[in-house]
Amino acid sequence: MSAPSLPALLETNPRLDQWVRFETPGRITVATGRVEIGQGVLTAMLQIGADELDVAPERIDLKTGDTDLTPNEGYTAGSQSIQYGSVALRLALAEAKALFLGRAAAQLGCNPAELSVRDGAILRGGAPTGLDYWSLAGEIDLARKATASAAPKKAAELRVIGGKTPRVDLAGKVFGAPVFVHDMTADGMVHARVIRQPRRGATIASLDEAAIRRAAKGPVEIVRVGNFVAILGADETAVDAAAQAAPTHVSWDGLDPLNPQQEEARWLIQQPSIDRVIGAALPEGPTQGGAWREATFTRMHIAHASVAPSSAMAVFQDGHLTVWTHCQGVYPLRAALARSLKIDPATISVRHVQGPGCYGHNGADDAAADAAVIALQKPGVPVRVRWRREDEFGFEPVSPAMVTTVRALRGADGRPADWTTEIWSGRHSSRPGGGGNLLAAEALPDPPPAPPAQDPPEANGGGGTRNGEPLYDFAQKRIVHHLVAETPVRTSSLRGLGATINVFAIESFIDELAAEASADPVAYRLSILKDARARAVVERVAQMAGWRSGAAGGNGKGRGIGFAQYKNRAAYCAVVADVEVDESVRVTSVWCACDGGLIVSPDGAINQLEGGIVMGASWGLKEGVRLDSAGIASRDWETYPILRFTEVPEIAVELVDPLVDRPPLGVGEASGGPTVAAIGNAVAQALGTRIRDLPMTRERVMAALLKG
Amino acid sequence: MPPIHLNVNGKPVQISAGGDTPLLDVLRNHLGLSGTKFGCGLEQCGCCMVLIDGEPVKSCGKAVSTVAGKHILTIEGLGTPERPHPLQQAFIDEQAGQCGYCLAGILVSAKALLDRNPAPTRRQIAEALDDNLCRCGSHHRIMRAVERAAAQMRQGGAA
Repeated sequence: MSAPSLPALLETNPRLDQWVRFETPGRITVATGRVEIGQGVLTAMLQIGADELDVAPERIDLKTGDTDLTPNEGYTAGSQSIQYGSVALRLALAEAKALFLGRAAAQLGCNPAELSVRDGAILRGGAPTGLDYWSLAGEIDLARKATASAAPKKAAELRVIGGKTPRVDLAGKVFGAPVFVHDMTADGMVHARVIRQPRRGATIASLDEAAIRRAAKGPVEIVRVGNFVAILGADETAVDAAAQAAPTHVSWDGLDPLNPQQEEARWLIQQPSIDRVIGAALPEGPTQGGAWREATFTRMHIAHASVAPSSAMAVFQDGHLTVWTHCQGVYPLRAALARSLKIDPATISVRHVQGPGCYGHNGADDAAADAAVIALQKPGVPVRVRWRREDEFGFEPVSPAMVTTVRALRGADGRPADWTTEIWSGRHSSRPGGGGNLLAAEALPDPPPAPPAQDPPEANGGGGTRNGEPLYDFAQKRIVHHLVAETPVRTSSLRGLGATINVFAIESFIDELAAEASADPVAYRLSILKDARARAVVERVAQMAGWRSGAAGGNGKGRGIGFAQYKNRAAYCAVVADVEVDESVRVTSVWCACDGGLIVSPDGAINQLEGGIVMGASWGLKEGVRLDSAGIASRDWETYPILRFTEVPEIAVELVDPLVDRPPLGVGEASGGPTVAAIGNAVAQALGTRIRDLPMTRERVMAALLKG
Repeated sequence: MPPIHLNVNGKPVQISAGGDTPLLDVLRNHLGLSGTKFGCGLEQCGCCMVLIDGEPVKSCGKAVSTVAGKHILTIEGLGTPERPHPLQQAFIDEQAGQCGYCLAGILVSAKALLDRNPAPTRRQIAEALDDNLCRCGSHHRIMRAVERAAAQMRQGGAA
């Protein structure tokens, strides 16, 4: 008999006691490597613990994202916490429960199948046995390898999963409890601000410490290590005043001016790149003219634009460095800190504490490194770093500008017989554990080499190529990927990665092909889409929105649809958007149907899909990072506007079959791309002409109207 | 420096700080009221919103000397887990939030709205919250929660 194959997360965290522990009577510790970034994962993992172990959720002490206490699950990213993390956790918990029932059955001289658990008490035929998890805990060694030998519950047996469990973290937030890293305090704590090295390789030409101290109007200390400079003090107001004045009192060498025109994406096409073809071989002969159709779509760099700048706390005490951070991966950060600071990872603990939503790789890791560097200089002193807003916008890694060209050969039946998605993009990952550097490390003496250009592999859903392959049934399809090595600013992962523009491009072009075939956009999609689950979300959203074939357009009002299965392997999501366009675009209503497989927290999933819709509308209409010769010029909310309360559409979201026995699929990033696509198609209908460059600003609407 | 007298969440307090210290720093660092958040320090995002004599004001740009003698309400003064304000209860009931960093500022902005308009329309709620940024996209739930709280308060729920 061969053992069941283990999910990768149980291979890397093989011991059951890494996932669950029964240390205190009446309490259960459930550990997850996933971290709360506003997506509600704590609540989902608590639901899983309560359901698989048959205990009240209140009995569970959830440990999360801590290098001393939880499994290593890499990053909380890519909509993978439920798709993969929950599956591993459920297997571990089911196995632990089976071990307890097996032991109880041996003691009672019965078959384990006769036993059940009610809030931790073990019952036989529904009657108490006097045994419970805690009375047996001393007899069961959970420091054993997981075997995935016990099946998690079937959907019909679930009580808590799929139900309405309120967010465990929300109450603290509405009462103003100190739940964020930014709120941490400690005896003797100093506040710190960093004078950021403006560019990799820049060196300090002059630093007027006295002038900075004068500006502080209070006692501050200046710590300098190489080209890393920080201002510290017990009085945050003084530290802030010094930090605000500091840029005028430091000058740098090694600042070559940037080309600000690189804020628009088309410069990418001229750059040297690492090229590859994924999928069918390139077509032979010309791919222009005749039955070939082609269109090019662009977007600018996009900021994560967390509502607050990054923060971290660190203390170096008795040779051990402890870092509190709102980063997405405590283990990768620990490895990167050890490498950058040249210290043993065993002497570092990294603990996750919540921060403002990050939506990807923002300044959180870098702020943690800042705190660590300063803490090493000030043994025994707790150091709390908070970036300035201007620095979060200016120095976080942004999502790369992209160009996506779609090219199709129209077959005799009006449907594409050959399809190419050609993509130009900078890298979508420079996470510190995955080949990127921490900013502080680049400013220290002996900085690490520039990280090589690389993108998330296709096995992880790809980066620039994410959702570059349409799910539609075309005889021949391929992606041509140009990974541009040198970008004007640091780039990394943002919710959706390349999927946002690729789905926008593909779905826009599908509408163009449908129009050429005089077909309704929904009917045309269904005619080229075999996947039953894909068809179901398209049909459901059309029904939700009251979609009618041949609806009139060109009068300033429009309706459009967008569809994708995220990464072609996570949740299926279809979106319909209504817009009104005069000089600018207003999104009035959005409908969304999503099939995410088994849903642990239905309201949490809907909350995420709604958030993706609002963010998608914001990306589509408003967002683009402006550059100047010094780097990122969008340094505040006036120069980087996002969607506001008066601009959000009405939203309706429905989940398709959320409680059926199917593997869970990640939903957190599923709605963004389809939303941008639906808005693009709606705007095209409203205007009678298409805008292919994001964001669809007032200037672009006016230009499109003039062009007619 | 002469002490500055304020009334914070119904209690008189005496502050020893430079007059140009931002009210936000006074709340968070001098009084330990960290519910009010730093978001931008530029009076643009609303994370630091408090009520000063009932009016929503961004505390990051407000020098403490300019609010001497005034009544300041922060999220901690709105309600407690034991005695939640109807707005706080409604935000929980509607699950109105994701990361939650913006919520303290939004809740006090909503309080100011309901104090002057007990039956706001959806449009009036959106306009009252337009100075508060939310990046997670919880706007809808937040507006539903404000409507729910308003209805609750009109029916005689404690304010």
